[in-house]
Amino acid sequence: MQSQSLFDPAITRRAAWESITKLDPRVQVKNPVMFLVAVGAVLSTFTFFRDLAGGAFSAFNLQITLWLWFTVLFANFAEAIAEGRGKAQADALRKTRTGTMARLRINYPSSAEHRVIATELKRGDVVVCEAGDVIPGDGEVIKGIASVNESAITGESAPVIREAGGDRSAVTGGTQVISDEIFVRITAEQGDSFLDRMIALVEGAQRQKTPNEIALSIVLAALSIVFLLAVVTLKGFAAYSETASGLTTSLLSVPVLIALLVCLIPTTIGGLLSAIGISGMDRLIQRNVLATSGRAVEAAGDVDVLLLDKTGTITLGNRMASAFIPASGIDPKRLAEAAQLSSLADETPEGRSIVVLAKENFGIRGHDGSEHNATLQQATFIPFTAQTRMSGVDVGGRSIRKGAADMIEKYVDSYGAAFPPDAKRAVEDIAKTGGTPLVVAEVTANKATVLGVIHLKDVVKGGIKERFAELRKAGIRTVMITGDNPLTAAAIAAEAGVDDYIAEATPEMKLARIRTEQANGHLVAMVGDGTNDAPALAQADVGVAMNTGTQAAREAGNMVDLDSNPTKLLEVVEIGKQLLMTRGALTTFSIANDVAKYFAIIPAIFATLYTINGVGALSALNIMRLATPQSAILSAIIFNALVIVALIPLALRGVAYKPLPASTVLWRNFLLYGVGGVIVPFAGIKLIDLAVVALHLV
Amino acid sequence: MQPLDFLQIALYFGLLLVCTPLLGGFMANVFQGERTWLTPVAKPIENVIYKISGVNDREEMSWKEYAASLLVFNALGFLAVFGLMLAQGALPLNPQSIGGTSAYLAFNTAVSFMTNTNWQAYSGEAALSYLTQMLGLSVQNFVSAATGVTVLLALARGIARRQSSSSSSELPSKTVGNFWVDLTRITLYVLLPLSIILAIVLVSQGVVQSFGAYITATTLEGHSQIIPLGPAASQIAIKQLGTNGGGFFGVNSAHPFENPTPFSNFLQVFAILLIPAALTYTYGKIVGSVRQGWVIFGAMLAVLLVVLGIALWSETSYNPVLQASSPLEGKEQRFGTANSILWGMTTTVASNGSVNAMHDSFSPLAGGMAMVNIMLGEVIFGGVGAGLYGMLMFIIITVFIAGLMVGRTPEYLGKKIEAFEVQMAMITILAPSAVILIGTMIAVLIPQGLSSLNNQAAHGFSEILYAFTSAAGNNGSAFAGLTVDTPFYNIALGIGMLVGRFGVILPALAIAGSLVSKKYTPPSLGTFPTDKPLFAVLLIAVILIVGALTFFPALSLGPIVEHLLMNAGKTF
Repeated sequence: MQSQSLFDPAITRRAAWESITKLDPRVQVKNPVMFLVAVGAVLSTFTFFRDLAGGAFSAFNLQITLWLWFTVLFANFAEAIAEGRGKAQADALRKTRTGTMARLRINYPSSAEHRVIATELKRGDVVVCEAGDVIPGDGEVIKGIASVNESAITGESAPVIREAGGDRSAVTGGTQVISDEIFVRITAEQGDSFLDRMIALVEGAQRQKTPNEIALSIVLAALSIVFLLAVVTLKGFAAYSETASGLTTSLLSVPVLIALLVCLIPTTIGGLLSAIGISGMDRLIQRNVLATSGRAVEAAGDVDVLLLDKTGTITLGNRMASAFIPASGIDPKRLAEAAQLSSLADETPEGRSIVVLAKENFGIRGHDGSEHNATLQQATFIPFTAQTRMSGVDVGGRSIRKGAADMIEKYVDSYGAAFPPDAKRAVEDIAKTGGTPLVVAEVTANKATVLGVIHLKDVVKGGIKERFAELRKAGIRTVMITGDNPLTAAAIAAEAGVDDYIAEATPEMKLARIRTEQANGHLVAMVGDGTNDAPALAQADVGVAMNTGTQAAREAGNMVDLDSNPTKLLEVVEIGKQLLMTRGALTTFSIANDVAKYFAIIPAIFATLYTINGVGALSALNIMRLATPQSAILSAIIFNALVIVALIPLALRGVAYKPLPASTVLWRNFLLYGVGGVIVPFAGIKLIDLAVVALHLV
Repeated sequence: MQPLDFLQIALYFGLLLVCTPLLGGFMANVFQGERTWLTPVAKPIENVIYKISGVNDREEMSWKEYAASLLVFNALGFLAVFGLMLAQGALPLNPQSIGGTSAYLAFNTAVSFMTNTNWQAYSGEAALSYLTQMLGLSVQNFVSAATGVTVLLALARGIARRQSSSSSSELPSKTVGNFWVDLTRITLYVLLPLSIILAIVLVSQGVVQSFGAYITATTLEGHSQIIPLGPAASQIAIKQLGTNGGGFFGVNSAHPFENPTPFSNFLQVFAILLIPAALTYTYGKIVGSVRQGWVIFGAMLAVLLVVLGIALWSETSYNPVLQASSPLEGKEQRFGTANSILWGMTTTVASNGSVNAMHDSFSPLAGGMAMVNIMLGEVIFGGVGAGLYGMLMFIIITVFIAGLMVGRTPEYLGKKIEAFEVQMAMITILAPSAVILIGTMIAVLIPQGLSSLNNQAAHGFSEILYAFTSAAGNNGSAFAGLTVDTPFYNIALGIGMLVGRFGVILPALAIAGSLVSKKYTPPSLGTFPTDKPLFAVLLIAVILIVGALTFFPALSLGPIVEHLLMNAGKTF
């Protein structure tokens, strides 16, 4: 999936139109702060036309009214553009869905078949998909194996294997079968598949407010009430003061009062609140993660324990040969050559890594020389079995075996040879560091020799240790889950820098660990793919299922990672945090702005109150030296409207997140958005005032 | 300002700093039912009280039961004072044969003392009998202060109590303490002993304590003068310690029989902040970290020092109208400007309301500061108990905004702050603000409100604004210059006091009930610490911003414009 430029022209155009259609009161009422602005704009418009009908035209009131409407429109625009970006993503997803036909198997396993439109499928229906068919809905492969092109949803062009049973049985609607035939049992009602839910979320149609968003809305509504009280009562206070200072006309017209109110209520955050929420979901999709609810995304920001599978997340996934340790008196090159020879037919990653290591360290090439190849033609490769726990090759009178130390010991013993003590020590040393020792032995002419040991070890991903260190600074603990024995697990845990590990992990242990962490008040996130992960995924506060995983796992989790990249969990946490931080930062900024607005508006509206030598006493508060009372009020309301537009990019992108201790983050954001929020409007309003005067707007 | 003035202010805050952990630690032990040196004396009395009143001191209450007990108890207190005032003419201990008061005044006064406001629309020596003062007002002085602490204790328990996680089969405990036990302990172990000590010291300084009739004396000029007496010392001790502030005599602690010497003055102004300051330490003990308490103490002290600084600067600056600095008109002449301002600022931050000088006579900025102190919500030390639970409401808002800024669902001491807590906390901030703004607006627009004014224009506005601010903040001090014993003001301010008190208490108890059943989350590096100076800075910023933004327009038409006009040589 492509990331879009911030203001894609098509989206911007559509958003501009929608900012007008969103004036519908039924839409406006969902956002109390902006609804208040809209009501103010209506009142102000009414006042203007009433005056006009009475023969009095006020250019000032007209401008105030227009800017009030702009304030509403700008907020609508912010929401529309966030929705537009989400819709663009959703449309791309949805394209794959329309017009798909499905071959429904009635009364499966009977072979009666019936062609239906994909949208008519119900949960439990079984459909057949052949090469070239588009899979009509989310489901589970119940029979067969096929390669599937999932690029429509993942953007990844390499096909993936989907087969019945096991951990790769889930298929997603809209993906295409490119070989073979599979039977799929539909698991999601139409309109309720993962994709459907996600589309609804990004389009904003079904967006429910998240818990923190609700709490924030309460704060914003309460602040709006406070300011409404302050402004309404000010009318009364002013009436008293006007009489006291001998004025006969009212200083506060309706448009001016509304301008003051709109400047004070938190319109910046109020106008951008839903855009922030939608764009959070949007950022998630851009990273190819689908979430079932905004609540899950928010919870991700609160997570303080990450359960990570070792394989694929922390290590590259497979053991690699890292050293040849010859037994005493054996030429290292001989060991390497024998090891390579025995591994030539071994297509496992371990086997391949041995071939590569021998080549790198000793320049031995597996396939060079025709003589060599000729020998190989007659070679008999002995594959690894669970019983023998050895593999090897018989070639040219030589029998080379590699395998677990105890099995090799038995093997050489059967030829009457002893296991050399230094090789035994090497085996123990490797095991102690968490590696896997692979002993190589050779039998020629009924004489067995232990050549030495290959050190296989897990390779920890580059940079992962630093990443964990950063997470720790941000207060997030990482727990590694592995099937390895405790010794191996401990060694890898130390190397990767995780805080804790579960060795020889079973699904029950994962579930138990999550429960314990939660009972201690922690919020846990985990990644899983297999059916046996489903209970743990369901128990975790944030469960990210791999797209390659089973349908059961996908249903149990509250997010699906289309790329099936377990490291993604870290980014999900980041997005969750960013979402909250953006809301907090803009709220702080919005409230801090009010200080400057007071200093612009209060001296302006009371410019003629309690005059001394023709100058109002409160003019002393005009510390920005704004030109006239009218320019001051106009500048404040213009600033208030423009700041919404100026902050749309921030709302869409989110504030920068770095994993730092909370107190550092707080201090930074407080200075930036709190102290900055006090200072910026002083400069902004002053500049707009200069422009207003230069353009002769008042 | 003399060097001695600075020395005295330094001594004042130094002593406060020393006594906070001493008294605070003692109170924590008492409230948690632990043994103290007072236990051998007080415990038997405590047990007798429970036996007589049928209270089971082991029984715990949910927040609703706690709130219901509190309301019933306060309602009974209201009825007692209301009845006494109406019927005092027919009751004993009335040597001056003072008759019953009007129902309006009785309503206002009963509300006022029940809510720890102690707004006085009357003059004690002229309107009340000794019986009413002792049985009505003095009793309320004790129990209204104790009521404030009970709410704080319930809230602190809500925050501190951790649900046992292991036994998931058990229903989470949702109780926040026993109201009757809390009320009894506060009164018996803290308020009574301290009051007895302070009253005796005050008597030694010359504060009167007598059941005798007023004395008629002949002055040197040969005129006759009535000198009022009464059981004053016992009431004044609790008036200060319980942040009540209702004077025995009309002019409060500016009366030589209430406040005779510099030493009594120092003791009384110290008593105002003693318990509210110590409670921050008590709170820290209860929630398991005294640092939490000290950070709150630090935030309170910082604000107080700043307003005190501004007020002292304004008061001692050159006054272009009077053509003098530090004018003494309306100040406590015996103790000087610094002591008047120190008292004025202390009594307004602490929701006490007793005065030793007329705030009306302060320079506009100093008078404005007194008003701002109350407008900030009476959370800078504030009333006994009330100040701290009010502060905790601001802490919840601060934690919420700060929590969002660090990207995490906000937590305070391991308890998640969610929509319900935020909603309740916002109500506690909204309710008093609404009383001040709406009340003042009505008063300045109707003749019943304006006819009570003795001053005009901006100063008159300040007087009305101050009255409603004082009522809503349960402060009780008056700006003076306003005749408030009228049906309009008695009722309007009475309602204001009720909203200002219970509009905060009930949401605060609801929060206690909600937090107590919440799961505890252990702190991590991702939780921002609330026991560091940075948090104090944020807390102060939130308090000032909320207060300033709400009241800036009103203040600009009162004290601010008055200050600007005075600088231009104009007064009202």
